[in-house]
Amino acid sequence: MMLNQFLILSAFLFCCGIYGVLARRNAVLVLMSVELMINSVNMNLIAFSVYQDNVIGHVFSLFAIAVAAAEVGVGLAIVLLIYRNRRSIDISDVAQMKG
Amino acid sequence: MLENAWILPALMVGAFIIILFFGKKLPQGGWWVGQAAVTACLALSTVAGVQWYHRESVDGLREPVRNLVTWFSDGNVKVQLGSHVDGFAVAMLFVVSFISFCVHVFSRDYLRDDIRFVHYFASLGLFTAAMLWMVQSATTLGLLFGWELMGLCSFLLIGHWWEDENNSTAALKAFLTTRTGDIGLLIGIIILFFAAGHSFDIAHTNHLALDGGIKQSLLLVSACCLFAGVVGKSAQFPLHTWLPDAMAGPTPASSLIHAATMVVAGVYLFGRLYGVFFKGFSIAAGGMNLGAWIGSITIVMAALLAFVQTDIKKVLAYSTVSQLGYMVMGLSVGAWAGAIFHLFTHAFFKALLFQGAGSISHSGSHHSFEMDRMGGLRKYMKWTFGTFTVGYFALCGIPPFSGFFSKDEILAHARYNHFGFAFAAGSVGAFLTAAYMTRVMYKVFFGENRLHLAHDDHGHDADTHAVDEHDTHDAHAVYAVVGGNEEHESHDDHSDPHESNWWIIAPLVLLAIPAFMVGIAQWPWGGIPKNAFEHFIANETFEKSIVHNKMLIPFHWSVAVPSVALACAGIAASLAYYLGAKGDLGLVRRYAPARWLHSFLKNKYFLDHLWTGVVVGSIRGPIAKAAYWVNQNVIDGVVNTVGKGAAATGKIVYDVVDQGIIDGLVNGSGSAARDGGGILRILQSGRVQNYAALFLGGVGLIALALALFV
Repeated sequence: MMLNQFLILSAFLFCCGIYGVLARRNAVLVLMSVELMINSVNMNLIAFSVYQDNVIGHVFSLFAIAVAAAEVGVGLAIVLLIYRNRRSIDISDVAQMKG
Repeated sequence: MLENAWILPALMVGAFIIILFFGKKLPQGGWWVGQAAVTACLALSTVAGVQWYHRESVDGLREPVRNLVTWFSDGNVKVQLGSHVDGFAVAMLFVVSFISFCVHVFSRDYLRDDIRFVHYFASLGLFTAAMLWMVQSATTLGLLFGWELMGLCSFLLIGHWWEDENNSTAALKAFLTTRTGDIGLLIGIIILFFAAGHSFDIAHTNHLALDGGIKQSLLLVSACCLFAGVVGKSAQFPLHTWLPDAMAGPTPASSLIHAATMVVAGVYLFGRLYGVFFKGFSIAAGGMNLGAWIGSITIVMAALLAFVQTDIKKVLAYSTVSQLGYMVMGLSVGAWAGAIFHLFTHAFFKALLFQGAGSISHSGSHHSFEMDRMGGLRKYMKWTFGTFTVGYFALCGIPPFSGFFSKDEILAHARYNHFGFAFAAGSVGAFLTAAYMTRVMYKVFFGENRLHLAHDDHGHDADTHAVDEHDTHDAHAVYAVVGGNEEHESHDDHSDPHESNWWIIAPLVLLAIPAFMVGIAQWPWGGIPKNAFEHFIANETFEKSIVHNKMLIPFHWSVAVPSVALACAGIAASLAYYLGAKGDLGLVRRYAPARWLHSFLKNKYFLDHLWTGVVVGSIRGPIAKAAYWVNQNVIDGVVNTVGKGAAATGKIVYDVVDQGIIDGLVNGSGSAARDGGGILRILQSGRVQNYAALFLGGVGLIALALALFV
């Protein structure tokens, strides 16, 4: 089995995620990019798990998926509230926390 | 019992918890729970004493019984707690249980209708537990726990009637003043921990100190630090000011905590870590050391102050300070056994005197402690008078009362171990003690009764149980449940003085017996077992320090006769003064120098002004801001004191240091923080993506570091 391919793919996905998080202004897209990052990590976990022939990585990634689902639920709720208040989901407009 | 001495504090903790949580639901406020527990403690400590007495000894020394558990360990450092029971500890266990027993009995009636009856007994229980724990503690860490817990109970009991602001101030003062000394104690313990090779064990530390396992300079520093704790707890000059104020608490609590037991905790620490002090202060070398100086100064200074007090409890408080000075001085001149014996005898007779004063105020002077409202009470209160007299003779050191034997042993050691100043101070102290106690005896028990003199303008409405606030000294009456028990006669504010009831008399009698005859425990002549107390408490530290250096002084007539003569002279001088009908202030009115001395003493050498005006006044504000500046304050305070009067100085220091330097510093640090914040706030853009970028950049750096260095 070739571990490298999987790792390279997940690294590529992770970088896509970072790009999305940092560069997109649409909040929904930012959230989707976060999902991409999480899933690239999951892919890493599973790749190593299969490579080392143990099941821990699978279990762990299942947990990560569940947590990611919860996280995206909260995230989308926030986005929805922002939209209700501002009629926009441009994330660069939301800067009330400026010190 | 020696193995399981921890049962004693455990019993008292149990009583404390039961009384605190269920006391209000139990009949009679649950005082009997505490009484039962303390009775059990008294019985068990007596058993422990008998067992220790019969323990087999090798060369006159008995092996201490140790029972240690490891609290936690980290690497090769094991932190242990547990008990180290030897004769010294057993004697202390007995004293604490005995006095606490008497105080429990006494308090039942004394505080009968008090609004915080339950909390009072809970605090007494916790205090007794803490002290019983402290005296058997095998490690300095365990000792510190008990020590601080006692400080807390002292605070609670002084501030028992906290509605009166004076009382809560006194409680705070006691707490903070002793805490000042405790800083030194803590530092000393930490130094010793490292000096003794990462061990808190007291026996081990003493062993190392006496065998030269720890450097002399280190011992000196740690002895001085520990001595600060002793000075604070045992009310030595110059931190003695809290003890007279601590009399704001209920009298039985004063008797237990601020006369017999807690205040001797400092002396106990001194005697327990004697190896450290002996080597640190170079006691074997002779010549005055820090402890001998402080003790000697305290003896005379406090005894002089006792002359100008009009409040009987304050006289006794200064007397306690003075007697504690004897103990500290005694330990510092090599009278280890003598000082501990004085601790032992003093606990009995001073607790007796305090409870006698409590009895007087309870039934003889309408809850006032002003001696101006007493007088002639010997006719009304025969039992109180009799027992108080026993305490009086014991305190004056008249043979064959117990105080004679212990005080004399300290003086003999001071003289023949060549501590001239300490001997002189001790002798002067003997004279002064006898004189001021005679003053008390005269004013309280002889002459005309003055109770109703100050009282004629008072409305005679017995039904309302009205209590006039201006002359009610003991807040007891003020906070007692008004209109409570009909048969509780002392609430009738217009009765003549009368004897207290048996709940109060019984402990007095119980205390009078040892106050009279416990001296035979250290009998210096033949016939009965000689120096039995000394053999009882002797331990390895004593053997290696005092005995090994030939500093153990036998009884000497050349000390005993003059000291008794001085005490008699004190009594005679005082009697001549009063029987000459000069009154307390006659001399003061007629002679200017006497007037100056009187006002000097009346103002307690202006020490309170120094502490509260200069030191506290200047520290109060900034202490929260920067502890570092305390240093500056004190130094500035001293510099200013040279030029100005003490009271004015406090204000000036406050203005200059607080408003000028401290405020400047605080403002400076504020603006520095603001400028720094100005730079940092650029980062706080409020934009999520900037934060994410920083975060990911950080992760990247960590990843890079891992890749490069791991």
